[in-house]
Amino acid sequence: MFKLENVSKIFKVGTFGGKELIAVDNINFSIDDGEIIALIGESGSGKTTIGKMILRLIDVSSGKIIFKGKDISRYKNDKLKQYYRRVQGVFQDPFSSINPIFKADRIFESVREEFISGISKIEWNKKVENTLLRVGLNPEHILNKYPHQLSGGQLQRFLIARALLLNIEFLIADEVISMLDASTRIDVLNLLGKLRESGLSILFITHDLSLGYYISDRSVILYKGRIAEMGATQKIYHHPMHPYTKMLLASVPQINQEWDRDVILVEDGGQWNEGGCVYFDRCMNPEKDQQCEYQPPELIEVEPGHFVSCWHI
Amino acid sequence: MSLSVENLTVYYQTLQGQVKALEDASFTLADGEIMGLAGESGCGKTTLGFSLIYLTDQMRYIKGKVRLNGKVVPIWDNRKMDKFRYQDISIIPQYAMSAMNPTKKIGKMVKDLVQSRGLDYSEIEQEFIRRVRLVKLSEDILKMYPIELSGGMKQRMVMVISTLLNPELLIADEITSALDVSTQKAIAEMLVDFRNRKFLNSMIVITHDISILYQIADSIMVMYAGQLSEKGPRDAIINSPKHPYTKLLISSLPKIGIKYQEEKLTGIPGKPPLLLKPPVGCRFRDRCPLSYSKCKEVPPFVEVEKGHFVGCWKAVEENV
Amino acid sequence: MTSKGNVKSEVLFFAFRNWKVLVGSCVILIFLLLAIIGPSLTENEPLGFVYPLGSSEPSSEFWLGTTMFGQDVFSQFTNGLRATFYVGVLGGGIGTIIGLLVGFISGYRGGIVDEVLNIFTNIILVIPGFAVLLIIAAYLEVRSLTTESIFIGLTEWAWVARAVRAQTFSLKSREFVDLAKLNGMKPWKIIFREIAPNMLSYLVMTFILQFGGAILKAATLDFIGLGPTEGISLGMMMQQAVNWGALQLGDWWWFIPPGLAIMMIVGGLYMMNIGLDEVFNPKLREM
Repeated sequence: MFKLENVSKIFKVGTFGGKELIAVDNINFSIDDGEIIALIGESGSGKTTIGKMILRLIDVSSGKIIFKGKDISRYKNDKLKQYYRRVQGVFQDPFSSINPIFKADRIFESVREEFISGISKIEWNKKVENTLLRVGLNPEHILNKYPHQLSGGQLQRFLIARALLLNIEFLIADEVISMLDASTRIDVLNLLGKLRESGLSILFITHDLSLGYYISDRSVILYKGRIAEMGATQKIYHHPMHPYTKMLLASVPQINQEWDRDVILVEDGGQWNEGGCVYFDRCMNPEKDQQCEYQPPELIEVEPGHFVSCWHI
Repeated sequence: MSLSVENLTVYYQTLQGQVKALEDASFTLADGEIMGLAGESGCGKTTLGFSLIYLTDQMRYIKGKVRLNGKVVPIWDNRKMDKFRYQDISIIPQYAMSAMNPTKKIGKMVKDLVQSRGLDYSEIEQEFIRRVRLVKLSEDILKMYPIELSGGMKQRMVMVISTLLNPELLIADEITSALDVSTQKAIAEMLVDFRNRKFLNSMIVITHDISILYQIADSIMVMYAGQLSEKGPRDAIINSPKHPYTKLLISSLPKIGIKYQEEKLTGIPGKPPLLLKPPVGCRFRDRCPLSYSKCKEVPPFVEVEKGHFVGCWKAVEENV
Repeated sequence: MTSKGNVKSEVLFFAFRNWKVLVGSCVILIFLLLAIIGPSLTENEPLGFVYPLGSSEPSSEFWLGTTMFGQDVFSQFTNGLRATFYVGVLGGGIGTIIGLLVGFISGYRGGIVDEVLNIFTNIILVIPGFAVLLIIAAYLEVRSLTTESIFIGLTEWAWVARAVRAQTFSLKSREFVDLAKLNGMKPWKIIFREIAPNMLSYLVMTFILQFGGAILKAATLDFIGLGPTEGISLGMMMQQAVNWGALQLGDWWWFIPPGLAIMMIVGGLYMMNIGLDEVFNPKLREM
C-alpha cells in the first residue's frame, strides 16, 4: 500500500537558515494492506516527522512516498484532497486537536462540508451515529458537547471516528494514547486492533515498546532519523540484533521483570556521529570499530523480513 | 516509624465550590521505605505529595495529622513549614528540570538556595561536589547555564540539590516522565542509590507509570478519585492485588509478551467522578464490577495482611 | 470546567460582573447616545452665528453657552462627538484590519513572505507615525474627516500586525490546524475559521485600543490646527478656544467640555480594556 523510497527531511535551523538538521535520513520501508506497523523511536528519532510527511503536513526534502503506485510526496490542492479521502491521521493531544471554543461535533461538520457535501441530513446523521457506535461511543452522550466536557479517551475515539467517516484505507496514529489514563488506553488500543481486523492499515507511532508489541504486526525501530532494525514484531522483540534495540529492551521497565542493575547504559548526550553509524557514540557492541565510525551501515536483510543496519551482528 | 499520616483531607477552592481532591488519607512509611504512589490523573496523588510540604494558594487544609519521626508537622501553616522544608521534607516537583532559572549558572543557583535557608554554603560545598561527582557529573557543571545541560543531567542536578541536606522524607513527583528510556533507568536507579547511601530516609515516588515502581519501590499505594484504594508490598500489589480497581488497573497494562490477537486486555469502562460533588461512599463504586449496597458507606482503610491495606468492603469480607 | 458549559456564556457572565467593563461601557454609551441624538436636540448649526453678542455662559437657551463668535457650543459639542466616533471607528477600523491581514499572512505563511512583511512592518513601526501625519496633513490643502481617519489608520496598524503574527505563529502549530489541513481546507478558510476565533478576545481588545488611539491622534492633530478643513470636532473646538483666548477670558464652557469628553471617552475605553483582560484571562480574575 505504501512504499517510502529514500525519504529524507532536512530542516534549516539557525538565523537565516545557516545550519542543517537532518531529521530523517534516507528511509526505506513499505506497508502492506491490513497490517499495523509500529514506528518506534524516542525523541529525536524522526518518527513524528515521517508521519507528518506521509500526511503531507510537512514537505519531503527528497525521496518518494508511493501510495498504491502513485508518488504522493508532492501532491497539492485537489489531488491532495482526494488523497485525504483515503489517508487520515490522529494525533497525540486530543484537547489540542479540537478547537476548544466550539462544540466537538464541529469536526464532523467540517468533514461533511469539505468531502461529503451532497449528502442529505438524515443520511448524514445516520452515518455519524453508526461511526460513533463503531468506535465504541454512545451518540447520546457524545453529541452536542464541548471538548472539555468529554474525557481524553472519548475525544481520541471521536477523532478516530472522524477519520472513519471518510472510509479511509490508512490511518496514521501518532502517540495517540500517551496522554490518556491507563484505564482508557487499552480501550483505544483495542479499537485500533478491531479496525485492523476490518481491513484498515495503521501506522502506529510510539515510544512505548509494550504498546508496539501488543498491537503491531511489524515494527520499525528508528534512531536519529535512520532505521536501526525492522521486521516482524515478535522476532525483533525476542531476538533483537541491533545494539540500540537491545538497549531499548533492556531499559524499558517491565512488570515482573527486574532491571539488570549491573548493565550501565550510555545515555544520550545530544551529540551524535554524523559521518558513520549514528549510534556509534553509545554503542556497546564489543566489535565496534573504525568502519562503524566512518561508514554508515546499510540496511541488510539478515533473515526473511528482518532487516538490521549494523556492521557487526 | 518515619512518616505517619492520619485522616489527611485537603480540598481545592474554586469559583464553583470545593474540589474534594484528597479525602481521609491514612498510611505510614517505615524508615528507609520507598513507596510508590500510583493512580490516574485526578486521583489526588500530587495533592497528597504537595500537602505534605507546601499548600498552594488554592489548597485548603481541612483536617488530618502528619507526623515525621513522632513530631507533628504543621502542614496547615505555610510559614511554620519553612523550618521543615528542604531540611526535613524535600520535594522534586514535576517539571523541576525545566523550572531552573535560565539566567543563573547552576553553581550560583545552588549557592543562593542554600543561603536562603540560612546556611553557610562553604560548609556544604565539599559534600555537594562529592555528590555531584557521585552522579557522574563533573564539577564544571556548576559554571554552566541550565540550557547547556541535557534532560538527564538536569534531572540529576535537581536530585542532588533536593537531597543536599539529607531530608527525612523526599517526595518525587513524576521525575522520569519526560526522559528517554535509558535516562529513566539511570535516574530511577539513582533514587534507590541515594536511599541506600542514606542521603534521604524514606521516599514517596509519585507516578502514573506502575512499571517503574515495580523496579524501584518497596511498597506501592494506589489512589482513586481522592481516596486510598490499596497499599502494600510491591509484589503483593502487582501479583495479588485485593482492591477491584487495582486488579483492573494492573490487568490493563500492556507488557511485552502479550499480543492483542492472543489475549485481549480490558480497560475500565466509564470515567472518574468529578470531585466537586463526588459520590457518597466509595468513589469507585459506579465503575466497580463488585459494588453492592454497602459501598455507599466509605470503606475504611484496613490491614488485611501484614503491611497490606485495602479500602474496600468486598476485599475485607473475602479476607476474613 | 464550568457547568454552564459554554465559553461564550462564561465570558458574558464575567463581563457583566466586572465593574471596570461596566463603568467603561456606560461612559461610552452615554457619549454615544449624545452623539447620536444630540445634534437633533437643537436647531442651531454648529458653525452658525446664532448669538450676536459673542460669548455667553451656559443658559437655558444655549445649554453649553456660546463661543466668542456667538456659535452654539452645545451644537458644536454634539456634532464634534459624532466626528470623534467617526474617526474612532474608521481610523481604528482601518488600522485593525490592515494589521490583521498583514499579521495573519505573515504568521501563517512563514518563510520569505513572512520575512518581507516583517521587515515592512518593522519599518512602519519605527517611523514616527505622528510626524508622518503632520507632514501629510500640512501638504493637503483640503482635508476631510474621512481623509484624516484613513491616514490615521494607515499609520496605526503596525503593532497590531506584530502581535497577530506572533499569536498566529503559535496557534498554527496546534493540532487542530493540522486536522483542518487534513480536511483539505484552503489557508484562508483555516485562518478565519480556526485561528481567528481563538484570538477573538485579543482582537476585541485590539480594536478598542485602536479606536481610542485614533481618537487621541485625531484630537491632537485637530488641536494643532491640522484637522479637517470643514466641519467641527472636539479637538478643533479646543484649538479655537485656546487660539481665541478662552483660557484667559475664563470661557470655561468652550474648552472644558470637549477636553473632558475626550478624556472620559478614551479613559472609559482603556478601563473597559483592562476589565476585559480580566474577563478573558481566568487567572486574572479575583477569586
